[in-house]
Amino acid sequence: MQSLTTPIDESSIRSLKVGDTVELTGIIFTGRDVVHKYLHEGGKLPPEVNLKNGVIYHCGPVVIRDENDQWKVTAAGPTTSIREEPYQWQIIRDFGIRAIIGKGGMGNRTLQACREYGCVYLHGVGGAAQVLAERIEKVRNVYMLEQFGSPEAIWEFDVIRFPAVVTMDSHGNSLHDEIQASSRAILDQNL
Amino acid sequence: MAHLKESLLELIKRTSSEIPEDVHRAILRSLENEKKGSIAESTFKIIEQNIELAKQKTQPICQDTGSIIFYVEGPIGLDQLEFREIAEQAVRESTQKGHLRQNSVDSLTGVNDGTNVGKGFPTIHFHQSREKVTRVQLILKGGGCENVGAQYSLPNPKLKANRDLDGCRKVILDAVYQAQGKGCGPGILGVCIGGDRTTGYEFSKEQFLRKMEDRNSIEELNQLEQDICSTANKLGIGPMGFGGKTTLLGVKICAANRLPASFFVSISYMCWAFRRQGVSLNEDRTISSWLY
Ligand code: SF4
Repeated sequence: MQSLTTPIDESSIRSLKVGDTVELTGIIFTGRDVVHKYLHEGGKLPPEVNLKNGVIYHCGPVVIRDENDQWKVTAAGPTTSIREEPYQWQIIRDFGIRAIIGKGGMGNRTLQACREYGCVYLHGVGGAAQVLAERIEKVRNVYMLEQFGSPEAIWEFDVIRFPAVVTMDSHGNSLHDEIQASSRAILDQNL
Repeated sequence: MAHLKESLLELIKRTSSEIPEDVHRAILRSLENEKKGSIAESTFKIIEQNIELAKQKTQPICQDTGSIIFYVEGPIGLDQLEFREIAEQAVRESTQKGHLRQNSVDSLTGVNDGTNVGKGFPTIHFHQSREKVTRVQLILKGGGCENVGAQYSLPNPKLKANRDLDGCRKVILDAVYQAQGKGCGPGILGVCIGGDRTTGYEFSKEQFLRKMEDRNSIEELNQLEQDICSTANKLGIGPMGFGGKTTLLGVKICAANRLPASFFVSISYMCWAFRRQGVSLNEDRTISSWLY
């Protein structure tokens, strides 16, 4: 188990390999389809959203106002990442992102960007909405809520020991590609 | 129908927040079976914690509370129109209470009106029976796993799959391979051999109503179920596709008649967050017992 704390420096990222389990502590920003497309098309971020050496989480959380009128996250599992494949490489390059959290893995352009700019893909446990919501200590802020709507807005969370697995590292390796190839070989022997 | 709405509210709440016992047992068995200290084992531990937390807090196991599919078996005379109205009301209220996510989008306008009621939402399959009791079963099936379902038309030259059981085996295993971990595996397959493009998928989903331990009464299908499960678990795809011994938790297969010209194999994939429950109702529509 490796611990990561934001802001994350490049050497910590370079030391990670596919198959490592990590626990992430610090600040993460959610971003899904609308945010990725917006940034890709040259949209500007509010100045408080500092992604340099930071983390983007592919997630559309369920957030409510609790009895004290504070934001409270009631479910926050990862969403499928591959939809951001057309945009992700550019966002890694332009904003200096060090880690992406999502599920299902991503494609070659993202893998190349991870290698070139020093970033990793962290795979969360899909469906584990309650465990992951518990690891979100606090909602620090929310941006572009009116413009994008709640699931698509940029939520800023404080997380503690958020669990994930490195499935794409900064050395060009993808666990998804490896498992796909090895399962193909075993399947062929069993047909 | 006095108490029907309360009973359906209870059914929806429990389905969304509690994994049925038979599925839970299968998950625990797989957790034991994974190598100690492996990623697969730690993933199963998170899944297990999540199951416990959701139950304790009565919160959705997964935030995608999925397509809402009711199976209703009732005596002759059951008023289906009234049942549907009350079921829709129960779905609306469950959505307001957060047991269901606002999860139903108009396919033309992209608008999600937040009610979960619309064409095909919820889906209700009615079946008549000569018995007095009414049984209501419910499946909530998320989008990630629905997206990795597949329908094959045999023969399939690319997969060298002919119109026989071996051909069925080949295409079913291909679906498992194609899915990798993307359907939030370990998964459970519901399969229909035969039927048409609609009934094939419909019957494949009905297989999810069978308990995990249940064995197929048709011997060839029983063997095919066991074979596919054990072969899939050799592939090493593992929970979430991280690698490991558990790629599938179970396989359920049925056969339906087909046209001479068609031979479909329809495969539905259910994620580990397998939400299925059912109730028997008393005559006043209060719950008399839980089915799973
Ligand atoms: S596939 Fe299942 S576990 Fe995964 S996100 Fe969808 S509903 Fe949840």
